[in-house]
Amino acid sequence: MALHRRTGSLASNNIRLTENQVHQNKYDRINESTAKRPEEAYKREFYESFEPVSLINAVATYLCYFILTLFGYIRDFMRRNNFEQVHGANESPELLDFVPLYQDFDSFYTRNVYRRIRDNFNVPLCSGAGSVIRIMERYSTDDNWTFTYTGKSIEAINFGSYNYLGFSETEGYCHDQVKESLEEYGVGICSVRQELGNYDLHSKLEKLTAEFLGVESAITFGMGFATNSLNIPALVGQNCLVLSDQMNHASLVLGIRLSGATVRVFQHNNMKDLEKKLRQAVIKGQPKHFRPWKKILIVVEGIYSMEGSIVRLPELIALKKKYKAYVYLDEAHSIGAIGPHGRGVVDYFGLDPKDVDIMMGTFTKSFGASGGYIGGTKKLIDHLRTCSHSTTYATSMPPPVVQQIISSMSCIMGKNGHSELNRITKLAENTRYFRRRMNELGFVIYGNKDSPVIPILVYMPGKLAVIARECRARGLAVVVVGFPATPLIEARCRICLSSSHTKEQLDEALSILSDIGDQISLKYSRLPLEERISPYLTPDTEEQTTNGVKTHLNGNHHVGNGHVKNGNHNTVINGTKQQLTNGKIKHH
Amino acid sequence: MSTTAWWPYFGPEPWDFRELFQAFFDAPNYHVAFEVILIMLIIWLLLSKSYVIENVQGLTKEEEDNLVLEWKPEPLVPDTPQDHPALQYRTVTKQSGCLVTVDGKEGVNLATFNFLGMVGRDEPVKTAITALSKYGVGSCGPRGFFGTMDVHLNLEKELASFLGVQAAVLYSYGFSTIASAIPSYSKRGDVIFCDKGVNFSIQMGLLASRSALRFYKHNDMEDLERLLQEQAEEDKKNPKKAKVTRRFIVTEALFINYGDIAPLPKLVEFKFKYKVRIFLEESLSLGVLGDSGKGLTEHYNIPVSNVDLICASLENSFGTTGGFCAGTQYVVDHQVLSGSGYCFSASLPPLLASSSLTALEIMKNEPGMFKTLRRNTKLMHEQLNNIPGLKRVGEDVSPVQHLYLTKSVGSHDDDLRLLQSIVDKALDHGAVLTVARYLNDEEYNPPEPSIRVAINCTLTEEMMTTCVDAIKTAVQEVLAQ
Repeated sequence: MALHRRTGSLASNNIRLTENQVHQNKYDRINESTAKRPEEAYKREFYESFEPVSLINAVATYLCYFILTLFGYIRDFMRRNNFEQVHGANESPELLDFVPLYQDFDSFYTRNVYRRIRDNFNVPLCSGAGSVIRIMERYSTDDNWTFTYTGKSIEAINFGSYNYLGFSETEGYCHDQVKESLEEYGVGICSVRQELGNYDLHSKLEKLTAEFLGVESAITFGMGFATNSLNIPALVGQNCLVLSDQMNHASLVLGIRLSGATVRVFQHNNMKDLEKKLRQAVIKGQPKHFRPWKKILIVVEGIYSMEGSIVRLPELIALKKKYKAYVYLDEAHSIGAIGPHGRGVVDYFGLDPKDVDIMMGTFTKSFGASGGYIGGTKKLIDHLRTCSHSTTYATSMPPPVVQQIISSMSCIMGKNGHSELNRITKLAENTRYFRRRMNELGFVIYGNKDSPVIPILVYMPGKLAVIARECRARGLAVVVVGFPATPLIEARCRICLSSSHTKEQLDEALSILSDIGDQISLKYSRLPLEERISPYLTPDTEEQTTNGVKTHLNGNHHVGNGHVKNGNHNTVINGTKQQLTNGKIKHH
Repeated sequence: MSTTAWWPYFGPEPWDFRELFQAFFDAPNYHVAFEVILIMLIIWLLLSKSYVIENVQGLTKEEEDNLVLEWKPEPLVPDTPQDHPALQYRTVTKQSGCLVTVDGKEGVNLATFNFLGMVGRDEPVKTAITALSKYGVGSCGPRGFFGTMDVHLNLEKELASFLGVQAAVLYSYGFSTIASAIPSYSKRGDVIFCDKGVNFSIQMGLLASRSALRFYKHNDMEDLERLLQEQAEEDKKNPKKAKVTRRFIVTEALFINYGDIAPLPKLVEFKFKYKVRIFLEESLSLGVLGDSGKGLTEHYNIPVSNVDLICASLENSFGTTGGFCAGTQYVVDHQVLSGSGYCFSASLPPLLASSSLTALEIMKNEPGMFKTLRRNTKLMHEQLNNIPGLKRVGEDVSPVQHLYLTKSVGSHDDDLRLLQSIVDKALDHGAVLTVARYLNDEEYNPPEPSIRVAINCTLTEEMMTTCVDAIKTAVQEVLAQ
């Protein structure tokens, strides 16, 4: 599905990474040149955890897929020979002698694996995506080929939507403003920005967005996905190199593909790998004719929605400056969701937004609207205005959506007397609490300690179905994701926290998850409890003496460049600033 | 088991193994050692990785650092001239059916694709407000992950039943609809036959598909047949490959760049003759062509099932946002899992989906509006034909018309500037027009500069006369300068 390979292997990503490096080092005589202590770039503690899957679970998961495939073949055989009724849609009889519209293998997976758990995807709601939703009840009498709606609905606490700041609401300041603007401007626009699709609202929104991001200028688009896929071609083209993170979103991948630039993929969030590829690119130039690259663009995301990890931006910016590359930062999930002022990863790391060349993000998530933006220098934005596919060919953003963004953004910025900074602090609190408790319970969760996206590793497809169904039955809406969106054996259940979740709701969710976790043994973590939860404890309770102690205390930790070696579970980086001011260092 | 027992299965016995061993023991030691070395050499050659000569001639760290210092990338973006027309947005403050306020001046709308006057009607706004109180604005998720609301399902069902197809699938952005639909079916190795004059979003879809592209001259069926025959001959040469090569014809129903319509009957004929599937982009024709606005198939009175996939945006006649693909269940089901704009993008805000539903209701209840639109179109055509200095292009049924300069003033840019000043002047006289904007560097077949007129059904005869007069005066004034 995606351009980037995400095939599963027995080992986790981290283990594969070291193996690759051994190979490459032997034959690539590019001198390593990473800054000696990249951790110095961080002003705050950076903790990310990716506990690798245990061998037994990996084997069991492969076994699951093997059995699924085996049964798939048997069922297919039965369907072909009319032992079993075919429920799926068939090609029209008059087109049967045409070349089949899609490959048999694709549909084999859909037919025999995905279909079995199809009731957990595309779950229809009959309410907004707030913290409590109403799920339309449906059932299937033919093994999930078709669904029948009962007309009833079930209430559930929503941990599935990207409603980070809780702006998906049906009353309040934003609602009233949108209503007013609907009455004034109507629903649609029917024209593109460059023709007659530029309302005064759009200009207002762009000014506000630029101010919010702390950049010179900004431009907005009607769809987040299209913001990536239609604007990257305006920035890079042939003879340009794009270095793209392994886990980048499909829209980025599509945009890069459309641009015609050469793309090289680096290991997820691995700055060493990135530096090697960057250095190699600068030194060696293009393949075949060895001319230098015209420009190099590094494409990363703020928070990776499937991994819950946060980009190592301080190191990235240092690399970018050193090698004169440009950075395209997709803040789809991070804008609004992290940082003390809700302004994304740049704010989170306390960096200057001007160091990031292209600040991209969407309004779909934290702002509770839809669409996307790009912020940067005036020169960049002017260029995009003239060259972007979106402004020339795609209908501009509808007025109610624009108004929703303006209102919610003003709330976050504390304008209009509606200071809602508490939403940001609430979200951070919720994140910390939920992540700590999940670790305490023994689940394997991925990602950064401050990321409101929390993937819970489930591994086995059967458990995936159970957790989704059980949660729904007990009034908890969670997202489950499996292959091909994740590596084959890393099927996971994803929790997206929101500032609108109350502590009671979090506790209820935790108790439900814990219960199900016990029933189907999801509490996979093999790390000692203390180690799992220590990053989440408040600093006062866990201060220790020196840096050296840390490595002695725990051989598993590899402190420093963030490169995770085989057998290590965590990556820890301590901010030097903190060390200097406290004169002490934390212990994990 | 002795050698004689199993050897016959592999053919006649070439030698005796005992002899072989004997020869081995008899050979001098240096010979054996030499052979062993040779064998090890072969193994080493087989196992060793091939190397690139540049990698071995390594640079020192200083040399590398110098190279890094030396390298000067191009600036991220080139400078944009501040007088670039695309930087001068015209600001709209109000749009209601037939009237638009641009830069503070009100005029009759001949520019937005609001063919049925849906923008400016109260009903879609009312439903949007009701939906706002129920759903909020954003759906906060893609369709797969709690972004599916009941209104999305209703809209899909209603659209499918309106068009008379089995199923429809909703996208959140018109531009991305066809651009995602094409690559979800057509992959590398497949062949797409495409009209040379298709709109930009189709071109993006073609590009993303990475299939082999065969462009035929705009609406030229002989050229298309020639290409199809070429393909058929190629297929004969390589029937194995032909068995897995999907073939598609992709065309716009009503061409936005030319204002004419695709000859669908001929395409359908080719479809069955050459076994090619048809993808039809109906963004402009939906809600415009046909007695009940069902688009090109209704216009030609061809069963809709003859077209494999219909893609359309809801951003024109429907006056909202979004798009959809419609076809048989078999075809549409595939997109739900593989249309990247569907799977990975947040779903359409529910309030927009509900206004689309209302717009569809209105279209069903007031089929008179299609007649009015056709009447307006006809009237406008007659009048636009007699504007000295401008040449009208576009078919009679098409509410989208292009006005070209009869005589180019020289370069493409000068023409564009001239047309823009006509547009500006016309606004002073009460007609809102727009120059058709293109990215000339990106278009496969860049169209000539033109003023694109879009006619809607809310215009009265009087308004149209004033508009045409306004354009006439504007042209006279500008050309006189």
